[in-house]
Amino acid sequence: MSEVERLSSSSTPDQGVGARLPRKEDDRFMRGRGQYVADIRLPGLRDVAFVRSPLAHGRIKAIHVPERYSGLVFTAADLFGVKPIRAVSGLPGFKISEQPVLATGKVRHVGELVAMCAAPTRAEAEDIAASVTLDLEPLPAVYDMRRAREAGSALVHDHWGDNVFLESVFEVDITPALDAPIKVTREISTARQCMSPLEGRGVVATFDHRLDQLTLYTGAQMPHIVRNGLSDCLGIEQGRIRIISPDIGGGFGHKGILLPEEVCLSWLALEKGLTVRWIEDRYEHLSASANCREHYYNITVYADRDGRLRGIDCEATVDSGAYSSYPFSACLEAAQVASILPGPYRMPAYRCRTFSAATNKCPILPYRGVARTGVCFALEIMLDAVAAEAGLEPAEVRLRNLVGPEEMPFDNITKKHFDSGNYPEAMRRALAAIDIAAVRERQRRKEPDGRLIGVGLSVYCEQAAHGTSVYAGWGIPMVPGHEQATARMTPDGGLEIRVGVHSHGQGLETTLAQVAHEILGIDTAKVRVVHGDTALTPYSTGTWGSRSMVMAGGAVGTACEAIAGRAKHIGAKLLQLDPASVSLRDGRVCGPNSSIGLAEIAHTWYRRPHELPPDVNPGGLEATSGYKPQRDSGTFSYAVHAVIVAVDPDLGDIELLDYVIVEDGGVLVNPMIVDGQIYGGLAQGIGTALYEEMPFDAEGQPLATTLADYLLPGPTEIPEPRLDHMQTASPYTMFGVKGIGEGGAIAPPAAITNAVNDALRPLGVELLRSPISARRIVEAILAAREAEGPAA
Amino acid sequence: MKAAAFAYERPSDLKAALALMAGARGSTRIIAGGQSLGPMLNLRLVRPELLVDIAGLAELKQVDRGGDELVIGACVTHADIEDGRIPDVTRGAMRRVAASIAYRAVRNRGTIGGSLSHADPAADWVCALPALGAKIRLRSTRGLRELAIEDFITGALESALQEAEIVEAVRVPVMRPAARWGYVKACRKPGEFAHAIAAVLIDPESTGARVVVGAIAAPPIVLHDAAPLFGGRVTADFHRQFDARIADAMLAKAGVTNAADRHIHVAVLRRAIAEAAA
Repeated sequence: MSEVERLSSSSTPDQGVGARLPRKEDDRFMRGRGQYVADIRLPGLRDVAFVRSPLAHGRIKAIHVPERYSGLVFTAADLFGVKPIRAVSGLPGFKISEQPVLATGKVRHVGELVAMCAAPTRAEAEDIAASVTLDLEPLPAVYDMRRAREAGSALVHDHWGDNVFLESVFEVDITPALDAPIKVTREISTARQCMSPLEGRGVVATFDHRLDQLTLYTGAQMPHIVRNGLSDCLGIEQGRIRIISPDIGGGFGHKGILLPEEVCLSWLALEKGLTVRWIEDRYEHLSASANCREHYYNITVYADRDGRLRGIDCEATVDSGAYSSYPFSACLEAAQVASILPGPYRMPAYRCRTFSAATNKCPILPYRGVARTGVCFALEIMLDAVAAEAGLEPAEVRLRNLVGPEEMPFDNITKKHFDSGNYPEAMRRALAAIDIAAVRERQRRKEPDGRLIGVGLSVYCEQAAHGTSVYAGWGIPMVPGHEQATARMTPDGGLEIRVGVHSHGQGLETTLAQVAHEILGIDTAKVRVVHGDTALTPYSTGTWGSRSMVMAGGAVGTACEAIAGRAKHIGAKLLQLDPASVSLRDGRVCGPNSSIGLAEIAHTWYRRPHELPPDVNPGGLEATSGYKPQRDSGTFSYAVHAVIVAVDPDLGDIELLDYVIVEDGGVLVNPMIVDGQIYGGLAQGIGTALYEEMPFDAEGQPLATTLADYLLPGPTEIPEPRLDHMQTASPYTMFGVKGIGEGGAIAPPAAITNAVNDALRPLGVELLRSPISARRIVEAILAAREAEGPAA
Repeated sequence: MKAAAFAYERPSDLKAALALMAGARGSTRIIAGGQSLGPMLNLRLVRPELLVDIAGLAELKQVDRGGDELVIGACVTHADIEDGRIPDVTRGAMRRVAASIAYRAVRNRGTIGGSLSHADPAADWVCALPALGAKIRLRSTRGLRELAIEDFITGALESALQEAEIVEAVRVPVMRPAARWGYVKACRKPGEFAHAIAAVLIDPESTGARVVVGAIAAPPIVLHDAAPLFGGRVTADFHRQFDARIADAMLAKAGVTNAADRHIHVAVLRRAIAEAAA
């Protein structure tokens, strides 16, 4: 019996698992009534501005504060007893960085916090900050992750002796691949990016004397993890800290970290008794938070003439920045590269060496897709290169190597356990939808406007909700265990759900209510989901890794099941029936000839306890329950992206003519929300592919510090994709759901770049570096012409 | 970031504005739409002691059609032009240029005089108006003076505006019926600042051609007589006579050293010429 059959109590599919239910939270968002950190007003609130390092690397000789502002400016010297942020990985050889919350000794990236000032307004705080002068001795900036590894490079952390957080190797004997007839080698790289949520970071800190508690309002995906980190840094017990994470205008990983700013403002509240806030502005975001995506690959793929993969040999470097960020650490991303590179493809040999390089840039954070976007970019470009070498259609190479449905569950060469899916079917559907044959014919006909047409494919898989065993292996400060949820019926028959994950665009206030409805049959309008407050919710590692639907959904499901069992017991007594003879359907406990509603049962439990059966479960209609899937190795959702582009070879402009996504996210709790996740992810993927880049100069200065220079895609850049859903249930999770939150952002850079390379292949152009900006395209075309020799 | 403190005045008429400017002791900036100055203030790239807000001055929103020209007040917005709320003497050219400036929200507030005062080499009016043969009228308590737009823009973000002087109006000549107009720009995405702009006004009947190549690191290149780009003479089939090598050499001479930059500028110029010929 499948879990869906076992659990379902709902005969109203318009509200349960699978319903395209409009989002409950949209009412407040669409009316502009969301409450974000910057909306919070507390009496006596002061604004904080930070003095930030203007240099990427320098020794602090002195910090001068004008006499008139003494007592209003705080530096590391004031933060007595505050510990630096440490995110240590247990992987062997990992070098530890200590990130002081205000710089001590050296500054290690532009924008690093050096001092803080509080004033009645942000403008006045900035005036004070501007009056502070830093006496810095400039040091050579480590701005290039590959040069960072060369002997003689300046050192980000002097005592390390090199600039490598961690070197790791994953090898399954590569030698059998070496005699393959096709050997393709490329250098592929991705730009450093800013995650650019609409709302930046924000913190409000105040001290509640009645509760003897620091209250920190912070836009955090992982409120409980922030409390762990704050408690460590400040040396105060967890009970004295309450984290409230209100509405969030986009997380994406940017809000999945313990911030030095959070520690600083907490200190001001604890030690100075101030109620303070800091709201990250766009300049701070761009100049001090370019914190993701920068990868470099030197990769060789071996294949037979028929396109069958013989092996991959890769060396990858990730620019991890100056410090190991809490809790994910500086090495998660690079180490992940080695384990996920082969993806859903079969191959007999594999080797990948990775480096997490320390540089004078801000610490790297996991951005939606984490390493997968870079890995997908590298591997899928390589598969097109193999196809070109073998004279095959790129789709054919993929179909010959993708794991088949009959092999599921499948352990790939790096022992990733693929739970379910039919990858070749997704590919075939995508090919049919994009109509490859028609594109090839159009390419032969040529375009009247001189543009060049190309078609590109990419396949990604997304490991989601991976749990205890996986993260225990990484040895980072955060290992997810059982996910817990509390479900509590109210005396009038409503339901409250409390979860430690955070919803910030995922629509969990709706989808968790759908799960509750599926089991209890309570109208979703009467289900309230409480999240974002450590005082009100069970412990959780929070929202990251596309885990919340699987983990918190499962926890809500088990908590509701517990309530269902107890309600049936009470209901049977009230119906004067044997508890074994009743069932729960549509929110009613039903016997053969009679039934009673949950609302009446709740009324009895709370207000007429004298009518309860003597052996009633004393836990009543409130249950906290923990959940883990049957395996904690994660769910694997996946998709095939197929795109047709037109490239203007004179100006390098790209138009996306058609975009098809065939996606398999397991059983979808709310397909409309999944569509939204894919749209949003696609937008970010298009940004990664075509626009977003934070360049640094040789002094380590970020160069795109306003949105005039750091380009984000907008409505005119994002086509409406054509979506097709497959729904292969995961065998391991409640309802067969899989995590789907990141996938949309993973595949587009690879698919679009492959399409552009397909278009430009007649010109001898192959782009290997993201973003494939118009400028890079023009330069590549001119370079190819140059290589061809002087024009006739 | 928030702007540093400044004094703020909103004079009731142009005379009062000029008097304020003339009497100001410290650094003074005029603000109209504020679409460029606003961000610069917030980033503290400019820190004036006094901000004089002229956005409400009715005198600067006036438009006069007189004889063979249109006089457009400095505070007329891009959207006013785009939407046809003011007369057009350029057979639609200015409306199309206006419609392509940044985003609608910027066009609603940004003004033609403000854009010219800001003198960004990648700005649309800075490049389009010289091709149209427009002039700029400047006023201060010392009096009035007029310059060709190309003489007004003296560098990147530098203009011939003197202390306490205000852009009062722009004078745009009526476009001749035989004249052909082309305006093309390359932007990384719609609404962004251009990295190449070409404006051409070609009149085969009078064998005249004005060509502007803009969005380079310096003021636009303005060719009052662009015949050399067309083999020495502007004929009816001018677009077929366009010589990209001459254009490339012109750009190199103007200091555009990067070959990819020149390639893009020449491609944009070729398209503007093709548009004029279409």
